[in-house]
Amino acid sequence: MIKKLIVYLREFRRDAILSPLLIVVEVICELLLPLLMERIIDVGINGGGGMPYIAKAGAAMLALSFLSMYAGVMASKHAAYASQGFGRNLRTGLFHQVQQFSFAGIDRFSTASLITRITNDVSMLQNTVAMSLRILVRAPMQLLTALVVCLFMNASLTLILAVAIPVLVFSAVSIMKKVRPLFHTFQEKIDGLNAAVQENLVAVRVVKAFVRADHEEEKFDKANTELRRAGLNAVMRVIMMSPMMMIILNAAMLAVFWFGGRQVIAGTMLTGELYSFYLYLSQVLFSTLMVAFCLLQLTRASACAQRILEVLEAEPDIRDGETPEAELPASRGRVEFKHVSFRYKAGTGDDVLKDISFTLEPGQFVGLVGATGTGKSTLVNLIPRFYDVTEGEIDVDGLDIRKYPIRALRERIGMVLQKNVLFTGTIRENLLWGNKDATEEEIIQAAKNAQAHEFIMAHPDGYDTMLDQGGVNVSGGQKQRLCIARAMLRHPAILILDDSTSAVDSTTEAEIRRSFRENLKGTTVIIIAQRISSVRHADKILVLDDDHIADAGTHEELMERCSIYQEIYQSQQEGVISNG
Amino acid sequence: MAEKKYASGPKGGGPGGGHGPGARGGYQKPKNAGKTLRRLMGYITRRKLPLLLAALCVILSAVTGVANTYLLRPLLNDLVSSMTAAEKVAMLGRTLLKMLGLFLVGASCTYGQSAIMAQLAHRGVARLRSELFDKLQELPLQFFDAHTHGELMSRFSNDADYVQQCLEQSIVSLISSVITFVGIVAMMLYTSWPLFLVTLLMLGATMGVFVLRGKKSRELYRSQQQALGQLNGNIQEMIEGLKVVKAFTHEEAAEAEFGELNEKFYSVARDANFYATSIMPLAGNISNVGYAATAIVGGVLTFVMGFDIGGLATFLQYCRQVTQPINQVSQQINAILSALAGAERIFEIMDMPPEVDEGNVHLVRVRETEDGTLSETTERTEKWAWKLVQEDGSAILQQVEGDVRLHNVDFSYVPEKKVLKNITFYAKPGQKIAFVGSTGAGKTTITNLFNRFYEIQEGSITYDGIDIRLIAKDDLRRATAMVLQETNLFTGTVMDNIRYGRLDATDEECVAAAKLASAHSFIRRLPDGYNTMVTANGANLSQGQRQLLAIARAAVADPPVLILDEATSSIDTRTERLIEKGLDRLMEGRTVFVIAHRLSTVRNANCIVVIEHGEIMEKGDHAELLALKGRYYDLYTGQSVLD
Repeated sequence: MIKKLIVYLREFRRDAILSPLLIVVEVICELLLPLLMERIIDVGINGGGGMPYIAKAGAAMLALSFLSMYAGVMASKHAAYASQGFGRNLRTGLFHQVQQFSFAGIDRFSTASLITRITNDVSMLQNTVAMSLRILVRAPMQLLTALVVCLFMNASLTLILAVAIPVLVFSAVSIMKKVRPLFHTFQEKIDGLNAAVQENLVAVRVVKAFVRADHEEEKFDKANTELRRAGLNAVMRVIMMSPMMMIILNAAMLAVFWFGGRQVIAGTMLTGELYSFYLYLSQVLFSTLMVAFCLLQLTRASACAQRILEVLEAEPDIRDGETPEAELPASRGRVEFKHVSFRYKAGTGDDVLKDISFTLEPGQFVGLVGATGTGKSTLVNLIPRFYDVTEGEIDVDGLDIRKYPIRALRERIGMVLQKNVLFTGTIRENLLWGNKDATEEEIIQAAKNAQAHEFIMAHPDGYDTMLDQGGVNVSGGQKQRLCIARAMLRHPAILILDDSTSAVDSTTEAEIRRSFRENLKGTTVIIIAQRISSVRHADKILVLDDDHIADAGTHEELMERCSIYQEIYQSQQEGVISNG
Repeated sequence: MAEKKYASGPKGGGPGGGHGPGARGGYQKPKNAGKTLRRLMGYITRRKLPLLLAALCVILSAVTGVANTYLLRPLLNDLVSSMTAAEKVAMLGRTLLKMLGLFLVGASCTYGQSAIMAQLAHRGVARLRSELFDKLQELPLQFFDAHTHGELMSRFSNDADYVQQCLEQSIVSLISSVITFVGIVAMMLYTSWPLFLVTLLMLGATMGVFVLRGKKSRELYRSQQQALGQLNGNIQEMIEGLKVVKAFTHEEAAEAEFGELNEKFYSVARDANFYATSIMPLAGNISNVGYAATAIVGGVLTFVMGFDIGGLATFLQYCRQVTQPINQVSQQINAILSALAGAERIFEIMDMPPEVDEGNVHLVRVRETEDGTLSETTERTEKWAWKLVQEDGSAILQQVEGDVRLHNVDFSYVPEKKVLKNITFYAKPGQKIAFVGSTGAGKTTITNLFNRFYEIQEGSITYDGIDIRLIAKDDLRRATAMVLQETNLFTGTVMDNIRYGRLDATDEECVAAAKLASAHSFIRRLPDGYNTMVTANGANLSQGQRQLLAIARAAVADPPVLILDEATSSIDTRTERLIEKGLDRLMEGRTVFVIAHRLSTVRNANCIVVIEHGEIMEKGDHAELLALKGRYYDLYTGQSVLD
């Protein structure tokens, strides 16, 4: 696991090596300081070395202190560079990887989870690297050196550590172990509370319309109380940690003074030695505690690392085709499905589409109708290779789409998805997504074709109006029209509209359709629609039933022979016809 | 249709719009720290006894810590004294027992203090969250239009977390650090004031590091949090829109934009991190130098002034400990400031004015007595009446009919931009009124005025002849029901979701409502029938099934007035047919307002109101409007003849 992540640290390996080295220097300096001080007392003051010795040793101490300070500060600097750089590179790697995902990959992880992995999990690892570079070198170093000094000073008193260290580690680890599942529950309760709030916010109109504030408050109170209980449950155990550590450390200290004091009284140990020993001993115990905490932190980080690696190691399941740019067929907009079957998860589940074959000629206007869940969206998502077919083949302009470089394929296609997304930025910036080189005239023309120009100009800033947070300040119908304009600006050979006029009223929709006819003469247009009126004048209408194409033909042909189509038509038109 | 969902002008949430640091929590300076702190403390100071106990524990644990170190002095002095060995052992034992006692007191006080504060903080924050949620229920829709869900959610999560940590640890730690610091300084002075002069130099230098470095570090931290907010905002937006990014082969541009923000965050975070972590080696080594200097001077003093060895050891030990509280304080200040900023954001919502509700006409259940008059009752009768209290205190009961009239109504979400102008029409009890018009013409807005989701600026709306502003809001809303395009079901069983319409409905009434809405047959086929759990995203139900449940929910409420806002627009037509049967039965005998795209569904309305740009262009029944050959005629033929 570490091996796969450490590549992101490679750029900063100088920092990553220097930082621990500098910390070793710092720890050695810190270790030498008390030894020098002992010399001052023993030689300078007690031993008659006099002021010259004291001055010399004092100067050495000062120099060591500055060296130690410099080493410490530089270690911090290199650790900061290395850990933050690691985080930056890991984020870049993840973001890049996610850009390579097919829709299947996105669906597998879910967007919420991908976001958490790129944000929280990376931060966690970044902090762990920072900690490892500094404390994970420092604490064991201090522990070891102090332990060695203790042993040399007084081996018998060091035995106290043989009891204290295991007790310390055991109690720290056992509390943490007990607390971990409790925190897990706590986390679940947080999710529960968030879910309660979110549900309430999403449905605020329903809550108000049915006057259910009291009922909602009751539900929230339940989640809130559960959260409080779970939180306290975990915290009440965590707070035992600190007093417990205090008791163990202090008990060890008392033991040192008791046994050490008896040695002093017996004359086998000097008072100064006892004091020094006490200082080193507390350093040993404190470092042990730090090491234990670090190791716990590492185990927590390993869960995050696991989640990140899952993303990094996900094989991009859709690969570029090999055909060189020059050998690609001319972009005309011919689409052919040859015995296409599709399943979301290969090997399991039912076919969403089964043995679909049809051909769309350049410039055709094609409608796709059928009940919810018959795979209309899935079918159009196969054309730009958002998903790959399970069986069969799809050709665009006579070439298997798997042989196109993905970018070249998708550049031929303009797509308006069912779930419309706009991005933070001005309306113009959003439209430019369709074609970043578009001129002002082209932008306005596209907006006019999508019946969006008028409402855009109604905003005081026109095309420079900011769309806050993906367009919360425009209505659903306006959003759909902006998405259509964005797709039209691409001048694609194939334009796909996946139920993208549901929030647009029928007059505006008719206008949009008229402009398609006038402005997209050579473009193959595929429209998925709920309303027959949207596709009635199509050159060809495909009727989907369950997982297959029930029939295909013009409106008149289908009205004559296709019962499913007739049924859909009747259900929508009977009012009009009887009054017509 | 959610045509006006968020269209009410300027957004809230930190400076610079959506991705300001305020929206995501994070470090911000509180505007009025003192006032906010006092108000926040109110959440843990309600019960005085535990608070006093906690204070006592904090003081005791700090004092015992300082006192314990002082016991080193007699301990070491006794060892080098001229007593006999046996006496020395006895003295050693006695001192160690004292130490043990102090440790135990200190440890139990630490535990006691943490335990009490954890309880107080968790309870206090739970109360804070609860009050915030209750407040949210009182706020008008306009508030929800102006704030994103994410922004409001982070009040409950991030901000409440900051507050909790502050109440639980930071404040106590701050107080304890101050006591410890004062205690140590006092004991140093007591032990040897000349030596303290040496320490003072060291303390000054350490403080200098903390203050200067700390200030810079906080500034950097602030810009780090800001850069992080921008970076995370970008990640969230780009990942959520990933499918569009791919559809437009925009991957490289997205990576470039992300790369820029990532780089920016890196350079700030690197410096912030460096500054924060370099404080320790700086202060630590200053402390080392000071320690050495103290030791040397102390050593000299033992000769010159006969300073006792125990005193020197004790002093040196204090010298080591004295920088700890300074470090603590500097760390806790960040936490406390973040918490205060978070609390301020929470209080800001709590101080918002609630929905206006000055009505005193109430909805009551009535029974018709034999002589034809109405009398109020607590029984579950089917009849409802408005209870109007007269000036003399007597009450008049007026039966609820469902007569709704709008008279010259003007409305705007933001001042100066009228969404509705001079709207006048009426609906007699049992009539069906349909609204027709383009996207954004103001159809949904009109229906949102009947139950006072929004307040009108001009004109009047009456319900059974009573101005709706005189009716208590809850009762007004109980007398109307809505079926919206967005179905919004709740976590719970199918039965719970139907009962949402009227909480005291019996199971039989819910089933009857489901039958009325044509939902009964599909519910019976669900794995657990009426007890099937509806998950939050409703993944186990189709859109059509969810819509049927929403209709059943309105049916069980059994209101005299019903609003159907695009109740069938995103459903395929075969399902829609099924729903319409349910809808037709639901509409019987009620005043109904319908908004629909499909003109065929509004054809048989008593009155069709054609709205464009917030004004009524035409109204009349189907035949009248066709004869008029105006806008409705265009729309109608536009749909049937196409293009």
